[in-house]
Amino acid sequence: MRSLRLVAVYLRLGVLNEMQYRANFFVAMFQSLLSVGVGLAVLALVYSHTATLNGWTRSQLLVILGVQILLGGVVHTSIQPNMERLVDEIRDGKLDFLLTKPEDSQLMISVRVLQLWQFVEIVSGSIVVGVGISQLTGTIGLGHSLLFLALLVLGALLLYCFWLVLATGSFWIVNMWFLSELFEGMYQTGRWPIGVYPGWLRYSMTYLVPIGLAVTVPAQAITHRLHWGTVVVALLFALALTAFTRFFWRFGVRRYSGASA
Amino acid sequence: MSAQAVSRREPWLRSMLDFYATKMRVQVLTQFQYRVAMYMYTLGMAAEPTIYLVVWSTIARSHGGSVDGITPHQFAAYYIVWTLVRVMNIVFTPYGWEWRIREGQLSGQLLRPMHPIHYDLAEFAGQKLPWIVMYLPIATGLWFAFHPALHPRPLAVLVFLIAIWGAYVIRSLNQFVLGMITIWTTRAAAVFQVWFLAELLLSGRLVPLTLMPQWSQALAAWLPFKWTFYFPIESLVGNMSDASLVTGLGLQALWAAIGAVAVAGSWRLSVRHYSAVGN
Repeated sequence: MRSLRLVAVYLRLGVLNEMQYRANFFVAMFQSLLSVGVGLAVLALVYSHTATLNGWTRSQLLVILGVQILLGGVVHTSIQPNMERLVDEIRDGKLDFLLTKPEDSQLMISVRVLQLWQFVEIVSGSIVVGVGISQLTGTIGLGHSLLFLALLVLGALLLYCFWLVLATGSFWIVNMWFLSELFEGMYQTGRWPIGVYPGWLRYSMTYLVPIGLAVTVPAQAITHRLHWGTVVVALLFALALTAFTRFFWRFGVRRYSGASA
Repeated sequence: MSAQAVSRREPWLRSMLDFYATKMRVQVLTQFQYRVAMYMYTLGMAAEPTIYLVVWSTIARSHGGSVDGITPHQFAAYYIVWTLVRVMNIVFTPYGWEWRIREGQLSGQLLRPMHPIHYDLAEFAGQKLPWIVMYLPIATGLWFAFHPALHPRPLAVLVFLIAIWGAYVIRSLNQFVLGMITIWTTRAAAVFQVWFLAELLLSGRLVPLTLMPQWSQALAAWLPFKWTFYFPIESLVGNMSDASLVTGLGLQALWAAIGAVAVAGSWRLSVRHYSAVGN
């Protein structure tokens, strides 16, 4: 309960903070429009040369694109800014201040920053998903929709764990300016169904870098391509990764000796 | 003041070469300090061509082995060379100008005796050697994974080696001009994004230009973008004729000249408008 209240306080603080910079809403909207535009242009280009990509039609791939943009919005709104701040604070030794607080350190480092205006990406991603779904043949029942939402949450959890594992690496490698670039680069792979990648890459993108799992599986749920086995595997994997992330974070914190003056 | 105190002026070219050589040597040494960081960055960068390569190879295979006459092995060659060209195209970003102005860096840099473009050109040129060393293992990995069809003639190799530096110069100059916008407005990022979008689509960065619709190919012919990606890559992988190889280098030189004039003009105009920020 206390942790929930804490999260709520930070959330309110984040919103108040961002409301000071309302013009950034338009900046975020412009950026989001451009990135959706690029995605659509690439899709148009691909489908001007082919009718299906590895069995996925254009509207099905639109769903994947939408999910990727939507989850990217979640990452940019809350996950990435928190992780970047963490990396900076480890380097500068400022993490000391946080570790002395009585609350759980992993919770604290995960909720401090909010880039509110990036939620535009979540909206535009949802619109792209909606357009993709409306072009699909066949109906989507309530069950599928709920499963889709649940898998989206699961995907966000996977991406959070992945980012935190990367950021925890800062306890060992201090100079981590490349992290965002690395994540953005790899995150682009999620824009395509995981099946197009050759075997070794597919496995590493599912389990080593769980981006494929995070993006493709929800999209499979809504396009009637999902086997129950996949859901079970995804769930088990998410549990295992969450446990590992927790362990790795604590392991890293123990190693932290403070770099401040 | 006695006559001895007047320093002997070095010939301009010699001092310039000396400046570039020193600056580049320092960069080589600096960059090799952060090997893990560089490696991770390169790995993130390698994702982009791998995605394009996989997607287009999949399409080619599902259409009897080629898209518009390009086979998966040719795509592999294109995108593996792409990565090297991408490394060459890392230049001082226009976003960096925002930082320079906000933090007051530019105020101090104005005191330096040379045009600011030289500092950026020399610094990023020096980073190329460490980057290329980092790129080689990735290229080797991609090579064995995707089996590129790459059989260049000696002239093509020679032109390629010149063209990647041509690309570097053109992109550096263009992005310097873009950076100048930050002196006039604090919302320059929107302009940069439109520019990078145009570059992505019209440079051959996304796909070999021949796969683009006719109208955008025609548009690309009148813009500088293709000379920084498509031409250097194609010079090595595309079996271009001798004449078009040499003409290509000529057009690169032309775009570099246009860029140089634009840099000189935009700098002179902007620096007068600049009012210092920072401490």
